Amino acid sequence: MMDLILDVLSWVCLLGGAIFLLIGAIGVLRFPDFYTRLHAVSICDTLGAGLVLVGLMLQGGLSLVTVKLLLIFYFMIFTGPSAVHALAEAALQDKLKPLVDEREP
Amino acid sequence: MFITVSIVILAAIAVGLVRAFRGPTLYDRVLAANMIGTLTVLMVAVLGFMTGRPEFLDIALVYVLISFVSTIAVLRVVALRTGTTGAGKK
Repeated sequence: MMDLILDVLSWVCLLGGAIFLLIGAIGVLRFPDFYTRLHAVSICDTLGAGLVLVGLMLQGGLSLVTVKLLLIFYFMIFTGPSAVHALAEAALQDKLKPLVDEREP
Repeated sequence: MFITVSIVILAAIAVGLVRAFRGPTLYDRVLAANMIGTLTVLMVAVLGFMTGRPEFLDIALVYVLISFVSTIAVLRVVALRTGTTGAGKK
C-alpha cells in the first residue's frame, strides 16, 4: 500500500515536472524578446527540474541515489539562476535594448 | 512511464534547438544552449532510472557543473570580443 502511494506521488511529480519543462521550451520559442525568453527559461527550468528530481528521489528511496539526486538539485538551484543572471548582465552591457511598449497609458 | 518523461524532455530539447538555430542575437543562442544543458542533465538521470542503472547520476552530476562553467566561459569570450568587460568592471 505504501509502495503504491509512493509510486503515484513520484509519477505525479515526474509528469508535472516534464510538462513544466515543455512549457518553458515553448515559451523560449514563442516569446517576442530576449529578456522575456530569459524569464521563461529561468523560472520554468528551476521548477521543472526540481519536480523531476523529487520524483526520481521518491523512486530511489533512502539510499546513496537520493543523496546524489540531492547534490544535483543543490547545484542546479545555485548554478541555474546565476547563469541566467550573468546572461542578462552581459546582454545589458552589450546594449541589447528590452522591447518596451511606448504608447501612452 | 520513464519513457513518457524522457520523450517529453526530448521534445523540449528539440524546441530549444529550433530557438538555438533561429535566435536573432547571440545571447538567444547561449540561452538555448544553457536550457539544453539543464534538460540533458535531467535526461541522463531519467535514462539511468529507466535502464535500472543509477550510476548514470554521477555523469549527470558532472554535467551540471560543466554546463554552468561552459555558459560562463562563452559569455566571457563574448565580452572580450565585443570590448565590454564582464561583471560590472569598467
